[in-house]
Order: sequence, then C-alpha cells, then structure tokens
Amino acid sequence: MIGFNILVLVCLSYVALLFVVAFAAEKRAERGEVGWLRSPVVYTLSLSIYATAWTFYGAVGYAVRSGLEFVTIYLGPSLVMIGWWWLVRKLVRIGRSQRITSIADLISSRYGKSNLLGVIVTVLAVIGTTPYIALQLQSVTLSFSVFPSDASAVWNVQDLDDTALYVAIGLAFFTILFGTRNLDANERHHGVVTAIALEAVVKLVALLAVGVFVVWGVASGPADIVARIEASPISDLTFAGGRWATLIFLSAAAFLCLPRMFQVMVVENADERHVAVASWAFPLYLFLISLFVIPIAVVGLKVLPGANPDLYVLTVPLALGQNGLAMLSFLGGFSSATSMVIVAAIALSTMVSNHIVMPIWLSTRSGGATVSGDVRKVVLLSRRLSIAAVLALGYLYFYFSGGGEALAAIGLISFTGVAQVLPAMLGGLFWRGATRNGAAFGLVLGFAVWAYTLFLPSFGDSFILPASVLAEGPWGISWLRPQALFGVASLDPVVHAVFWSMLINTGAFFAVSLLSFPQPLERLQGAQFVNVLEHSRNAPGWAQGAAEAEDLLIMSQRILGAGEAQALFQGQARAQGKAGYLPDTTPEFVETLERELAGSVGAATAHAMVGQITGGAAVSVEDLMAVADETAQMMEYSSQLEAKSAELGRTARQLRDANDKLTALSIQKDAFLSQISHELRTPMTSIRAFSEILMADGPMSEADQARFSTIIHDEAIRLTRLLDDLLDLSVLENGQVSLNWQDANLADVLERAMAATTSMQGKTPLKIRREVARERLDLVTDPDRLAQVFINLIANAGKYCDAEKPELRIAVARRGNTVVIDFIDNGAGIPKASQSVIFEKFSRLTDQSRAGGAGLGLAISREIMAKLGGSVSYLPGQGGAAFRVSLPRGQARAAE
Amino acid sequence: MSRPPAPVFLERRSYRRRRLMDAARLLPVVGALLFLVPLLWGPGPGESASTAEGMIYIFAVWAGLIVLAAVLARRLADTGADTGAGNGAGTGAGNGANKTLPERRERAE
Repeated sequence: MIGFNILVLVCLSYVALLFVVAFAAEKRAERGEVGWLRSPVVYTLSLSIYATAWTFYGAVGYAVRSGLEFVTIYLGPSLVMIGWWWLVRKLVRIGRSQRITSIADLISSRYGKSNLLGVIVTVLAVIGTTPYIALQLQSVTLSFSVFPSDASAVWNVQDLDDTALYVAIGLAFFTILFGTRNLDANERHHGVVTAIALEAVVKLVALLAVGVFVVWGVASGPADIVARIEASPISDLTFAGGRWATLIFLSAAAFLCLPRMFQVMVVENADERHVAVASWAFPLYLFLISLFVIPIAVVGLKVLPGANPDLYVLTVPLALGQNGLAMLSFLGGFSSATSMVIVAAIALSTMVSNHIVMPIWLSTRSGGATVSGDVRKVVLLSRRLSIAAVLALGYLYFYFSGGGEALAAIGLISFTGVAQVLPAMLGGLFWRGATRNGAAFGLVLGFAVWAYTLFLPSFGDSFILPASVLAEGPWGISWLRPQALFGVASLDPVVHAVFWSMLINTGAFFAVSLLSFPQPLERLQGAQFVNVLEHSRNAPGWAQGAAEAEDLLIMSQRILGAGEAQALFQGQARAQGKAGYLPDTTPEFVETLERELAGSVGAATAHAMVGQITGGAAVSVEDLMAVADETAQMMEYSSQLEAKSAELGRTARQLRDANDKLTALSIQKDAFLSQISHELRTPMTSIRAFSEILMADGPMSEADQARFSTIIHDEAIRLTRLLDDLLDLSVLENGQVSLNWQDANLADVLERAMAATTSMQGKTPLKIRREVARERLDLVTDPDRLAQVFINLIANAGKYCDAEKPELRIAVARRGNTVVIDFIDNGAGIPKASQSVIFEKFSRLTDQSRAGGAGLGLAISREIMAKLGGSVSYLPGQGGAAFRVSLPRGQARAAE
Repeated sequence: MSRPPAPVFLERRSYRRRRLMDAARLLPVVGALLFLVPLLWGPGPGESASTAEGMIYIFAVWAGLIVLAAVLARRLADTGADTGAGNGAGTGAGNGANKTLPERRERAE
C-alpha cells in the first residue's frame, strides 16, 4: 500500500517538477529561444485543459450512470475544432489583431469597447467558473482520500477540507508566481503553458495506461471487453435523444465560451498555423481520452460494485494491487485539476482586473494615469489579488456545498452558464448589425434564466429557492416552475435550461439589436470583427490630439515596464524618421500604443487611459465623421463652383459673340457711310463743275448751255432718286412703312412693271417672254410695292444682261399657297462668290453701264418682300441671272 | 477606372483551394449529422440499442473525421496563406466608390 507520506512526497515532487519546467520555460523564453515552447504540439496540449478532473474521474462515473452519453462532452469540441475554418480561425485572427486578453475583452471590444459588457461577462464567468474550481478541489481531495493514510484508515471531513485548502493555496501560489510574473504585452505565459502541456501528457498517459491495463490486463483484449460491455448494466441504458443532441451543442458552446479555453485557444496562441494542426490533433486527444472510459466503467462495475464510480480510474488499479499504476493515475487526476484551476484563475483574474478593478481604480484617480502611482504595480497587484480571490471563492463553494454532489452535474451547470456568451460572441463575429444593447440584454436575460432554471435549483432545498417554489412555482404559479417553465415539464432539467436560456438569450439579442442603433465605435469595431479575414487592419480610433508623447511614455512605462515602453517609443519614432524616444503623436502611433496597452490591461481600460492623456476620452470617430461630412460638403461646394464657372464661360462666350456682332455692325456702318458719301459726292461733283462752267464769263453757245443744264438736271434727278431710295430703305428697315393691302391680279402688276421699264430701255431692247395665261392669279398684296420689286428686277435684267440679244423670261408657278415668280435672263449670270452679297446695300458688281442706281435696288426689294410676307432670292443654275420672288396668295392680309 | 474584368473561371490551383475550403467547412456538418445518427436507432422490434455497437460506431466516425481533418488541414496549410477571400468584396466596393463621383458631377451640372 502507498502510505500517505509517500503520496505527499510524490505529489510535492511532481509539483516541484512543474515549477522547474515552468521556470525553465520562462528563462528560455526570456532569452528569446521560444522554439518548441510555441509549437503546434504544445498548443494542442494546452487546449487539453478542456479535459479537467471532471473528465479524468468524472467521465467514468458518467458512463456508469448514463452509458455512452459521456462522449457528447467530447464530440462537441471535436466538431468545433474540425470546423476550425468556420470559427476558430476567425476568433484567433481577431484575438491577435485586436490584442484581445480574455473573452470579456472580446465582447467588450466588439461592442464598442463597452466596459458594461466586460463587467457582465466577467461576473458571468466568475459565477460560472467558481463551482468548477470547487469541483477540481473536490476531486483532488477525494483522490487523496482514496489512499488510506498511515494514521487512520478513513479520512474525516476535516482532513478533506484541510487538503482542499492546502491545494487551493498551493495552486494560488503557483498561479501568481507564473501567471503574473510579467505584464506581457501579449498576455502570454510561457511557463504556465509549458507546465500545462506537460500535465496534459501526464493525464493522457495515465488514462491510457489504466485503459490498457483494464483491456489487456483484466480483460483479455478488445473482443472480451465488447462481450463484457454487452453483459454489463451499461448496455441496458438507452439513448436519451434530447440530451444527446443538447449536450453535443452545449459542450461545443462551452468549449468556445469557457474563459480558460479562450485563454489557451486565442490569447496564448502564438501562430495561426497552430490552429490547423490542432484542428485534428485536439480531436485526436479527446478521442484517446474517451477511448477507454467505457471499458474502465464496465470493469469497475465488476470489480468494485457499489463504490463511487467517479473514482474508478483510481480505485480499480488500487483494488487490483497495481500501486504504481494507481500513483500514475493519481498524478493524472492531480494534473487535470491543477492545470484547469491555474488557467481558469489566470483568465478570470485578467478579466476581473481589467474590467472591474482597473476601471474603478481609474475612476477614483481623477487626475489620470500620469499623475498617479505606478500603474504597472496596480495591475499586477489586482491580478494577484484576483487570483487569490477566485481560488478562495472556489474553496468556499467547496466548503459550503459539502462536496457531495456527482461531479458531472456541476460541470453541466457551469457549461450552461458560460454558454450564455455564445450568441453575443457569434453574433458579434458574423453579424455587423449586432449591437451593444442587444448583447447586454441577451447576456443578462440568458444568465437570469440559467440561474433560475438550473443554477439555483442545483442547491436543492435552499433559502434562495425553497422546495415549494421548485415544486409549485413562485406564488403557486405553476407556469413559472424553475424546471418546467411555461408548462414544459417533459424535458430533462439541463435540456430544459439550455433550451429556454438560449432561446430567450438569442431572441433578446436579435430583437434588441434590430431595434437599437449602434454607436460609431461599435459600428467600426463590428466591421473590423466581421471582416477581419478580409483585411486585418486595426480600428482608426484617434485623431491627432493634444496628446503629449512624453505623458504617454510616462504612462506606458508604468504599464509595460520602462525598457519595453522605451523600446516601443523608440521604434515608433524611428519609423517616423525621428531620433530619440518621442515620436509624433500621430493617430497611427496612438492607435498602436493603445493596442499594446490593451494587451496588458484590456481594450476598454487602455482606451480610457490613453483617452485621459490625449485629452477627452470621447473617441474621435465622431471627429472622423465630421471630417467626412466636411469632405462631402467641400465636394458639394466644388461641384457648385464648377457649375458656376461653366455658366460664366457660357456668358463670356455670349458676350464675345455680341461684341463680334457689334464690331461687325460698326464696320458695316462705316462702310455704309463711306458708300453714301461716295454716292452723294459723284453727282454733286458733276453738278458743281457744270454750274461753274455756266457761271464763267465768256462766250458760250446756246447748245452748250442747254447740254450743260441738262447734265446738271440729270445729276440732280439722280441725286434725288438716291436720296429717295435711301429714305425708302430706311423706312422699310425701321418697319415704319405702311402697306396698302388690296386685291390685285398678278398679270396686272407685271403689266404695270413692264410699262414702267420700257421708258428706261437701254440701247439694245430687252425682249420679255411671258406666260400670260398663268399670270391670272388673284392676290391680296400691296400692288404698288410688288410692282416696285418687279420693276427693279426687270430693270436690272435690262441693265446687266450682257447677251447679244438680251431676253428675260418671266415664269409663274403655284406651290401650294405660295406663288413663285422667276425672272430669268440669258446673260452670264452672277458668279457664285457674289451671289451672297448682291442683296447688300450699295453692292454693284460692275460699273459698266451706269444707268443710275446706287446698288440699293435689290436691298429695297428684299425688304419689301419681307414686309409682304414673301421673299426674293437668287436662283442659281438657270443659264443666266435668275431671281425668284415668292409670295403668299391670300393669308398675308389676315396675318397682318 | 478600367479594371480588367475578373476571369470567369479560376485558375486550376485556386479552384482546388476554394473546394478545399468548402470541404473544411462541410466536414463538421457531416460529422454532426453522423454523430446524431444514433438518435435514430431507437429500440427496434425485439432488440435494444447496444452500447458496445454504439461505442464502436461513434469512435469509428470520430476517427474518420480526425483523419479527414488532418488531410484537409495539411492541404490547406500547403496551399498557402489566406488569399482570395476578400477579392470579391473589394472589387465590388471599388466599383461602387468609382461610380459615385461621375454621378455627382452629372447632378451638379
């Protein structure tokens, strides 16, 4: 038999070994030789703290009570790890990029660095984990009690309590020593993780050894074991469907939400690639742990019927005289318990210190982190006190609960409690619409339902929840019975609690999230979390403020330690291209610093501390939004400017056009004036010359006198005609002319025009060809003015037609309501270049037969035709000069 | 803003990698379904569900999942770091951002 002293000796030696390993690992890490300390194997082994003493001892007991159901507790986590691509990968990436220190920090960080959520999750975790720690203490003391001591065959209760107390104190000591050695920016504990990895190996080897002994030592191989299972009472147990599925879900949820699991899986993770290895290696570990549970249970039932099945792993080898194996098994159980307690205590103390102690401490120091004492010491002290407090709580729970319950029951209660974090966590990771209020409502309601339906009833008949309430519901309302809410009485209590708490939790989370509106920082963090795999950048949180680099350095030194803080600042300064220790407080720098600090004191606290120094804890996301608004306004303004300048351009163009027109008009006016004076001057010159001759003394013949006075007379007439024309044109152009509208016949008008022109025939008579029959058209027009146009056209033909036998053809045609009269002669016509100018004033193409006229005829004709509602234009391509007069037949009068 | 249009078909290697990711996502679902199969056994007529058979079934599925997960994890690690996940979203956002400016201008005029 193993004596008590030997047991204590072995136990202390084992603990000493752990200390040495942890210490060596710390030393190695300090030298920077991380190497295998951070290998996928160590990562996977550290995950094995999932398998606690509850697994080591409890699984066999569970199998005895419920058969194969025990395996659900390991199937859930296996599925989570096998499905790492969905979730764990994202979780680890977020944990690394946001410097998450705990699950409370994750939730707080995701929902806008809300400290409220941090506190809620912390409280939940402490309440959920304390019974679990008590469970570990209980299993260690029970395992001690199995070995009969030297003094007395049976341990009394006092001894058990003492053992638990010693174990608790020893664990607190170890945890404080290695868990709070340094306030690492990465919150990684090389010593602890290495020690845990060693313990993971010990417990696996121990359980496998017992299993192998049972299968090949007691039974005669696998076939025999199968036969024994079939023959044992375990075989009669049937699957409870609801529990089977619920427990797989619950264990998967707890695996993600347990503070200690989050600590080793996310916080202590050194390399994302380790997750890939753990995705199959950790299920393999659980597989091996579970493999021999049922054989051990079956053999235990056979060998030790009636003994506590929770201790078969230990008692079976002992009963069969395998003391060495029993000792190994004891160490395995001890390892399971201690490793869980250590990591849980570290995780909880981080949460308590970051989300409860530090905010309170900071708020009592109104002066801010710079003025007060050494923050670093405060953080470490609060961590240490938290560890001690957590273990004290566990011990007290153990002490007062009496340690009599079946281990598995506490485990499931604890699992259900921490699983309440799941909706807020998954929602925060995959749904950008999840808000802080939604998470808070979900957590609080789910937690309340859990406490009411599972946690409080677990105490049995107590003063908090008397038996009457359990049986009949509060105030006799049966619908509110804790284990049969809303009349759902058919479910197993655990399934019932999981169902209602998760339903109400998730429902409240979604409903409130949908109804509430997130803060800017929440939305920013939400986007960062949900899209972390697309772009691993950090939240821009700080606009350039009044933060003094020196103040920040002083504060950082107190949190990170002088050397590390200086190195960080120097590195940042160098990155900015500056020498010395003080970089510019750019937003990037402040952000980096905040992240570094968050690694030590949590995101919310770091944010608050940096906020105190950078002036105003109000996050500048609002500023960013304002900047964005400003930018939008500027863009708006510039587009307005653009529009205005386009308008100005158009106006300038119009002005330029107007100016060009005015200039052209001015040139025209000058040309007109010079033309006029020229036209007036020529006849005046001849009149003056001949009148001077007449006035001269001296003999002059009668004939000469008559000739000279005829010339003067002709020139005077020509002058008068010119003035008449000018006056006429001026009247027509100013629109002051009054037309004498009446019924007329086109033939008559043409007749009149021809009669008028015969008198001014030149030397060669112009032959005019008409189609009189077509000319019989009734018109409403001013016949005098129309005749004037015709006279002008016929006279022009007479004057300018250069054919040997000049001939004018007058063709009349009707185009709908328009009468077209063409005057076509057989001369050379008008060259193309001149066609556009012939209707201008004073335009005369040739000066050859100066039969009077100042070149105003066509200009006047055009004006008249415009007044009559028609037009006169040059008609090219007719073999000679051709003018077309078109005028409306009758409606012109109505239009007047 | 002419961005070359994304090819309709992926290169063979990235195609393989996408399917590997799909497989990695599918595996836990398959596992969960297989683990739930014992619920359907129930006590049949004349015989009850056997714990030994159930244990062998569960552990066989479990082992199969572990082997598959190991193969997938190895393959995924070999094909390199995460890439391509954000491509689709990035392109979409870029197009959207580029589109807004001309629209604004048009409205202003």
